[in-house]
Amino acid sequence: MKIRVHVRIIPRTGLLDPEGQAIAHALSALGFAGVGDVRVGKAIEMTVEATSPDAAEASVRTMCERLLANPVTEDFSIKVERA
Amino acid sequence: MTRVAVVRFPGSNCETETLAAVARAGGDAMLVDYRETHLRHADAVILPGGFSYGDYLRSGAIARFAPVMTAVRALADAGGAVLGICNGFQILCEAQLLPGALQRNAQQRFASRPVDVRIERTDTICTSDYAADEIIRIPIAHGEGRFVADPDTLDALELDHCVMLRYVPVDGTDAPYNPNGSMNDIAGLCNPAGTIVGFMPHPERRVDPALGPGVGQRFFTSLMSRIATGVAA
Repeated sequence: MKIRVHVRIIPRTGLLDPEGQAIAHALSALGFAGVGDVRVGKAIEMTVEATSPDAAEASVRTMCERLLANPVTEDFSIKVERA
Repeated sequence: MTRVAVVRFPGSNCETETLAAVARAGGDAMLVDYRETHLRHADAVILPGGFSYGDYLRSGAIARFAPVMTAVRALADAGGAVLGICNGFQILCEAQLLPGALQRNAQQRFASRPVDVRIERTDTICTSDYAADEIIRIPIAHGEGRFVADPDTLDALELDHCVMLRYVPVDGTDAPYNPNGSMNDIAGLCNPAGTIVGFMPHPERRVDPALGPGVGQRFFTSLMSRIATGVAA
């Protein structure tokens, strides 16, 4: 079955995120008060051919560990569409 | 003659200067395509600067899996000389041939200017022609050169003397000297044996006298003499 999978990759908490900082400054300049700790990551969506949603999730987890996320600097989470 | 492979990935842009620097130092410089699966009996391999695969996903993340990298890893495992310059350094970190990662510059801008770095190891494959703790002024050109690693890794790097190049202040000024926010002011690393090295500065841009003092030349002459004496694989 074809399964739609959503991957979210985000810089690890505690590591400096200059892009997030720049966006926080821009938001503040626009008058949005009280915005802090902005972090910018990536969203990756894909269709995976797998026997079950669990199998798709396991496969994408391996993709994240090998390529999609950097284990030194990023955390990831996976969401599988279950019909 | 010393055979040095310089790998061209899609998006590499410093391979021509790097080949010229090797040739000027007396080496037999060979351009090797990223799709090749062997390094044509090279004694050393250099991964040059540039933007391999457009820096898609992360700098070096996709190049790490190029076919040629299997041969690069084999040479590294055999104790052979492996150098990564700028994007090449990023690729070596992604390939986990060197620890840590290179992140977007803290100053949020591309840094393209000369910086002062101290040579902290002179027993690596490419620094033997420098004096211990010699400080040289050399160009950088990168948007993602901020070295990060977890505290344990960072401690181990210092303990094992794996910091080969470090950004240092210029005497007599208070100007910011760390161009990217690198942890511990790290500009370049080596493995404990000094056979795998990666650094952000571009020595290949300081070998032609037309471009100023040739302070980068000795990276390449060091590499030639190291290979000639057979210390590296």
